[in-house]
Amino acid sequence: MRARTLLLAGGGLLALAVSVAVAVTIGPAHISTADVWTSVAAHLGPGDSTLPPLRDGIVWNLRMPRTLLAAVCGAGLAVCGAVMQSLLRNPLADPFVLGVSSGASTGAVAVVVLGVGGGAVSLSAGAFVGALLSFGLVLLLSHVLGGTTDRVVLSGVAAMQLFSALTSFTVLTSADAETTKGVLFWLLGSLSGAGWDDVALCAAVLVLVLAVCLGHAGTLDAFAFGEEAAASLGVRVARTRLVLLCATALLTAALVSCAGAIGFVGLVLPHAARALTGSGHARLLPVAALSGAVFLVWVDTLARTVIDPQEVPVGVVTSLIGVPAFVAVLYRTRRQG
Amino acid sequence: MRRPGTGARPGPVAPPGTGAPPEPAVPPEPAVPPGPGTAAAGVLPTGHGAADGGEPAEEGPAGATGLRAERVGRRTGGRLIVDGVTLAPRTGETVGLLGPNGSGKSTLLRLLAGVLAPSAGVVTLDGLPLPRVGRRATARRVAAVEQHAHTQTELTVRDVVALGRIPHRRPWSAASAADARAVALALDRTGLTDRAGQSWHTLSGGERQRAQIARALAQEPRELLLDEPTNHLDIQHQLDLLDLVAGLPVTTVIALHDLNLAAMYCDRLLVLRAGRAVAEGTPAEVLTPDLIERVYGVRAEVTHGPGHPVVRFLRR
Repeated sequence: MRARTLLLAGGGLLALAVSVAVAVTIGPAHISTADVWTSVAAHLGPGDSTLPPLRDGIVWNLRMPRTLLAAVCGAGLAVCGAVMQSLLRNPLADPFVLGVSSGASTGAVAVVVLGVGGGAVSLSAGAFVGALLSFGLVLLLSHVLGGTTDRVVLSGVAAMQLFSALTSFTVLTSADAETTKGVLFWLLGSLSGAGWDDVALCAAVLVLVLAVCLGHAGTLDAFAFGEEAAASLGVRVARTRLVLLCATALLTAALVSCAGAIGFVGLVLPHAARALTGSGHARLLPVAALSGAVFLVWVDTLARTVIDPQEVPVGVVTSLIGVPAFVAVLYRTRRQG
Repeated sequence: MRRPGTGARPGPVAPPGTGAPPEPAVPPEPAVPPGPGTAAAGVLPTGHGAADGGEPAEEGPAGATGLRAERVGRRTGGRLIVDGVTLAPRTGETVGLLGPNGSGKSTLLRLLAGVLAPSAGVVTLDGLPLPRVGRRATARRVAAVEQHAHTQTELTVRDVVALGRIPHRRPWSAASAADARAVALALDRTGLTDRAGQSWHTLSGGERQRAQIARALAQEPRELLLDEPTNHLDIQHQLDLLDLVAGLPVTTVIALHDLNLAAMYCDRLLVLRAGRAVAEGTPAEVLTPDLIERVYGVRAEVTHGPGHPVVRFLRR
């Protein structure tokens, strides 16, 4: 059992490292793996890069942060999805089920289209604040409505609808064509603007939230038979739920504010990971994180190369792959029922 | 061959490494001073819904051992579901909870498990109110089996039983050898060892109940609470399951519908009606035609043979 876990973790890390290294070489400008190593070694170690500045810039300033942000987003979304599905006992829950992504889009649109903050506030910051506001509204609503799990989900649906409507309204009434296109691209999820500061922020939040979730791994297992069963196994249900909802909402907000709402990773990857590890969260969460990271690295590579030189929003590609997987999940739950 | 490992008769076998010290069976509490027919720890006299505003029963169950409900009440949506019930099972005995549908049996069990907070009265464990004992510490002592266990998660029988170890584990720690031992023992005792790797979803109703009981045993409790565990089982599985439960070396409180099964397997019975305790005592004391008619509204004959009484219902 333990050997299998180590094998999965080791194999996953190796696959991730290889994926990142290879993905960075793919693109319109021809870059070799050796160039990647040279550039990374130069930036991490002493001495200057021996690459021409342009090639070095492509590796270190463009493709590397983008690929790493894809890995961090994939990992984070998969972990949030796994936690949400277990906590809300709903196989179709995903990181956006609590309206976080819709709130983020409203926040971003408020900044970009309406000019809230007078230019001092970045799109990312606006999205982050919007995401947290929406999540706060969901918590408040679900508390007022009775605090049970289904009320949390329903409050999330309500918030999602509300903020989507606000976003659409704002865009349709106030934005010009160019802004609309930019906002749309971001709504669908895109890693095109990734910089090192995005990577650092998201990675830091990911590590923190992953640690919190792993600390609750046993507690999450206890939710398998419902909240009352969890309570009789010694879990302080309300407190645990609040801590985990806040942690995952924080991570989702950070990811969405940097890369937009990349759908389906958080819905489908946890199910795939469960098929590998079984339902124990101590193994599920790390494996979900690694598989989500590898998945999104490749999907983003596909998104930026498939109709060169145009770029497809990565959310579109995840959805094109995700929809068949989503149907498969539904099919599986139908058989169980 | 379906019969679970009933090898463990009311044995002194305590799970190894349990907290359960071989506490010499507490002498049958000299509960109440030689009073008029009052049962242990002031359960209501067999009188009809009497004792309500009553005398301040012994406050502060100092030195009390085990799980104990003191005049607990639970109000939900303005309705009293449980109303001033006192229950103090003696160490090692099996107490049957009887009463019609909606009489408050399940709610009383949830109060005892600490899953619900009483709106009146207090549930104590070794004299300490449950909120002060703490959730995890309570779960290491008191295990509960719900009426319906349902999950969408893909779990093996072993996974389900291993859930019982959660209150014994600390965050960040992997399963220990003691965890593995407790799970193996619980599987063995419930006759599920062969099925440990099987999916929970492929089990029959009786096997699911046994898996839940195994999960409860993996908690290494000293008190076990069961809510109508024989529901929907055929008679063979009902008897198998109750044999298993009665043979466990723990104090058990079990809600039952079948009066004859209750008479066969319980040491004492507590009868609820509309949330109130209306009778308490041995099966022979409690199961009288008069009480059955009053509580369930049906006529019955009770034969007192050797051993337990037998109830025979009469047509109207």
